[in-house]
Amino acid sequence: MNPTSATPTTPLAPPATPPRATCLHDLHVAAGARLMPYADVLLPLQFQGILAEHAATRSSAALFDTCHMGRYRLAGEGVVDALERLVTCPVASLPEGRCRYGLMLNADGGVIDDLVLYRTGATAFLLVANAGTRAQDIGWLRSHLPESVRIVDDTETTAKIDLQGPAAPRIAAALVEDFPFDLRYFAFRTVRFEGEAVLLSRTGYTGEVGFELYLPHDAARRFWRGAMALGAVPAGLGARDTLRLEMGMPLHGHELGPGRCASQSGLDRAIDTAKDFIGRAAVLDPARRTHTLVGLIGTGRSAARAGDRIRVGGEEVGVVTSGSFSPSLGVPIALAYVAPAHAAVGASLAVEHRTPLAMTVHALPLYTQGTARRPLDEFTTRKEQP
Amino acid sequence: MTPDDRKYTPTDEWIQIKDGIATVGITELAQEHLGDLTFVELPRVGAAVKAGQACMVVESVKAASDVYAPISGTVLEVNAALGDDPGLVNRDPYGDGWLYRLGDVDAAELSALLDAETYRQRAEG
Repeated sequence: MNPTSATPTTPLAPPATPPRATCLHDLHVAAGARLMPYADVLLPLQFQGILAEHAATRSSAALFDTCHMGRYRLAGEGVVDALERLVTCPVASLPEGRCRYGLMLNADGGVIDDLVLYRTGATAFLLVANAGTRAQDIGWLRSHLPESVRIVDDTETTAKIDLQGPAAPRIAAALVEDFPFDLRYFAFRTVRFEGEAVLLSRTGYTGEVGFELYLPHDAARRFWRGAMALGAVPAGLGARDTLRLEMGMPLHGHELGPGRCASQSGLDRAIDTAKDFIGRAAVLDPARRTHTLVGLIGTGRSAARAGDRIRVGGEEVGVVTSGSFSPSLGVPIALAYVAPAHAAVGASLAVEHRTPLAMTVHALPLYTQGTARRPLDEFTTRKEQP
Repeated sequence: MTPDDRKYTPTDEWIQIKDGIATVGITELAQEHLGDLTFVELPRVGAAVKAGQACMVVESVKAASDVYAPISGTVLEVNAALGDDPGLVNRDPYGDGWLYRLGDVDAAELSALLDAETYRQRAEG
């Protein structure tokens, strides 16, 4: 055997110090997790197995330790105007209690990071981004925000947990004292869990209804245990990747990066070209739109992997950025950048792997039964709770 | 957990010869490392394999891996159950999760392989 791993790893050079454990580490070890370094953090790759964890997320509820993700509180005079120029999503119009997905671009339209921006106050925001890009994000923010804006890096001093799946609302409602049964998709509220303040948002990276929780370390341990006792299944990075891939959600370092113009990514809804922001001219420049991000479904059994070239009639027309077996669809799937002439839904492509893999372009998301946007009362109601 | 009734390779395959037919599979350690298998590309029945040659592929959600032939021989039979249920290799790597069987084998080639104790120690080391 000579296994070559395909689970995404960050493209950075290995850190000088060993990966740090999260505040949930001993709970993972006790649950039999297989751990791996991801960016500078030691995280579960899997517990009982990627397929089981993936299935649990789509049919029941799963818990993900997402403490590694970059989290920055930004507050102060001038923060709205400054952020408006730094992120591609609209900032001034973002109401308190709501969040938006956006990109932070360089002057060439390349993606420094993708992020979710939460409006926590009139001049206060929480910016949640990736783990491997923390140094670049902090550097970019510090150099582009005025002195009047305070930046606090909460990444290591707080915890983050994702609870996702059709059973997530019932579980969260049972644990949280003042659960917001009316919470809408991409909205958030500060709630109380065992007396402590927790920011609960209806967001996630799976396509299923559920929450991201931002909370103190000790509360995170208690919430994790409490959710498990109510049936949530611990899940790792392996399942996290298959879930987001089925939804066509990009991963920085794969579909997004500083070297490829964001106009190719298909994330037009997150890019507000009506306003001025760093990278706007590049995004609008047709010459930079050399490729388009597409979803692929395989007709064989073997999976395409990141880096596999794509050919049509012997000519190279693109590259795979992420690929895996799709547990929900039962077939190989991939995301790839392809020259526009070959990007139409239904187009047949040959992916160069060990042997050529036949794949067909499909619209995103590849998995279409996700519950993320459904009203919470389809999953739990106030009168069900004791 | 490493059965004593067979031999092992440094590349995490096991082999057991009975009545001149060798059955080959991958070890518990190998399946654990690979994770849930999603696809098993078995060798062609009738193919001649050489000891140490990559003769088939197993693929999991997160990795693909060549599987090597522990000794030389001719592929007599492959485990057809793995077509619909590659997870059988994960669940029962030493039993129902066997991969392929070889004929025309020379049992003397087993002496070059590891016994269970040696394989166990390598795995723990």
